[in-house]
Amino acid sequence: MAVPRALKKITETVWELPISYKSGMLVPARIYATEELLAAMDEGVFEQTSNVATLPGIQGYSFCMPDGHWGYGFPIGGAAAFDPKKGVISPGGIGFDVNCGMRLIRTDLSYEEIQPKLSILVDRLFERVPTGVGSTGFVHLSQDEFRHVVEQGARWCLKHGYGTAEDLRRTEENGCVNGADSSTISAKAVERGYKQIGTLGSGNHYLEIQVVREENIFDRTLAEALGISFPGQVVVMFHCGSRGFGHQVATDYLKLFLAKAEKHRIALPDRELASAPFQSKEGQDYFSAMKCAINMSFVNRQVILHRIREVFSEVFHRDPFDLGLHQVYDVSHNTAKLEKHEIGGKTRELLIHRKGATRAFPPGHSELPDIYHSTGQPVIIGGSMETGSYLLTGVEGGSQTFFTTAHGSGRTMSRRQAKKQFQGKALIHDMAQKGIYIRAASLSGLAEEAGKAYKNIDSVVQATEKAGISRRVVRFIPVGNIKG
Amino acid sequence: MTYQYLDDFSIADVAFTAEGKSLEELFQEAGDATMNTMVENLGEIRENTKKRCTLFSRSIEMLLFDLLQELIFYKDAEQLLLRVKNPTVEKTGEGFTLRCTLSGERIDSERHTLIVDVKAVTLSHFSVEETAKGYRATVVLDV
Repeated sequence: MAVPRALKKITETVWELPISYKSGMLVPARIYATEELLAAMDEGVFEQTSNVATLPGIQGYSFCMPDGHWGYGFPIGGAAAFDPKKGVISPGGIGFDVNCGMRLIRTDLSYEEIQPKLSILVDRLFERVPTGVGSTGFVHLSQDEFRHVVEQGARWCLKHGYGTAEDLRRTEENGCVNGADSSTISAKAVERGYKQIGTLGSGNHYLEIQVVREENIFDRTLAEALGISFPGQVVVMFHCGSRGFGHQVATDYLKLFLAKAEKHRIALPDRELASAPFQSKEGQDYFSAMKCAINMSFVNRQVILHRIREVFSEVFHRDPFDLGLHQVYDVSHNTAKLEKHEIGGKTRELLIHRKGATRAFPPGHSELPDIYHSTGQPVIIGGSMETGSYLLTGVEGGSQTFFTTAHGSGRTMSRRQAKKQFQGKALIHDMAQKGIYIRAASLSGLAEEAGKAYKNIDSVVQATEKAGISRRVVRFIPVGNIKG
Repeated sequence: MTYQYLDDFSIADVAFTAEGKSLEELFQEAGDATMNTMVENLGEIRENTKKRCTLFSRSIEMLLFDLLQELIFYKDAEQLLLRVKNPTVEKTGEGFTLRCTLSGERIDSERHTLIVDVKAVTLSHFSVEETAKGYRATVVLDV
């Protein structure tokens, strides 16, 4: 057990490392977890959450969510808010896969309706949504067009027939963060990314067909308001990000910030926490470049949604909107955003870094589309390919974490260990026995994603509810899956 | 084989150490370890595409970092799986210059047993150190 002796219990689900725990800490570190989840956390969680607490301008606390584990700079599941005038921006607080995120689509189809065609559906999705190492996408752009696309975000998709205005309304930032300036991105980042719009990636990225079961609806009223209205209902969920483009943006600026660290006199407990003052030229350039990557990821998920609609329409010979394929919401995991929050009794604009963590705005928040004003922001938390995923909503109590909650289940076993313990073909067979049809670009990669390599998603989600930072609405069971 | 993956080092990603009697050998081994993260069998990569590569950095560590990043760049930008051939590392001015050939071919999912996509080389625990036998690098890749 890696839990430091200095960790204090604040509540059943909130644990604190005081400022005295490590030299240089400006605020305490707070870990959100049940005692069981806490005991299983690696020492990197405590080390990194307390390192983040040393960064200039940090406000409130350095947070780690219940799915937290060791990451780069920030832990995965980490979140921190900074004073935009005096604080820093750090690529380690966002991650290489900028705006890695989740999108959920509801349908009017029942499991009984899709079951006879499930393998055709999954096979067709596997053919039509590129996955795996070095894959290229189905949207063909020149490099100049790509630069334009990353500034426009999902608005470009709307103009070019890849989505609806409703899709954009039901996406964080309406699918486009303003202030994305392509002059702040490198030629290398463009070269790396311009052929990848419309690709899923690999590793823990996936596209799943899931089903609602009666016993998994926790709040029927909220579920209906979010478009989940009957047992047996089929939904589609997928997880992917900004691909090579976002990865290169992160690498470019990580290197730049390291080179400038001496100039800015920022003491770094970890090179991966390389930062720049938010108001510096480097800081503002990175913020703009990061926004280009956020927008690219929104475009990526929007065109994949379009492809999903096409496939469902082909298989069921009906218009996708007749099939009820409406987006529920799209959430981001890895971003830095300027948001207004209450702190010290005042409303202030803060720069919130979320790294493997999800925004969860409460009911009534001004940034929510009208349809979700009364419900709170939909939050999508993905489990392993064998266990299923959750739809939750943000709640008022989330103000304690700047309206941030968990993003997934987090791993318990390294990829190498998982490959030694599990076999891809055996997993495919076992999952078929459980009624899950899966197509994977790599059997080896699939073994790395075995369900037993991940934390119990139920425990993670229950911890967020117990802590009062999000509320469970419904759990989805996987029946079909494509993986890279 | 003078690289080995570290099973318990990185829970969500891939970590390895590579060794070489010389910096050139180290760089070659680290390149292979990076490729081997994505392709099951390096022998499956035919060498029908060659790219000249010249990199400069103020430190040996960041020179290796840049080389491994270059392999990842080509994997995405041109869908190439490349191995490091004939590297030379020289002290030049205030830093070091690497010259090598990157040799390989386009990804072919029919022939290449692909594993997982590498997103980036991280600076987490990233190091190049001298040892009694030569050099050792520790690298964590984000996948």
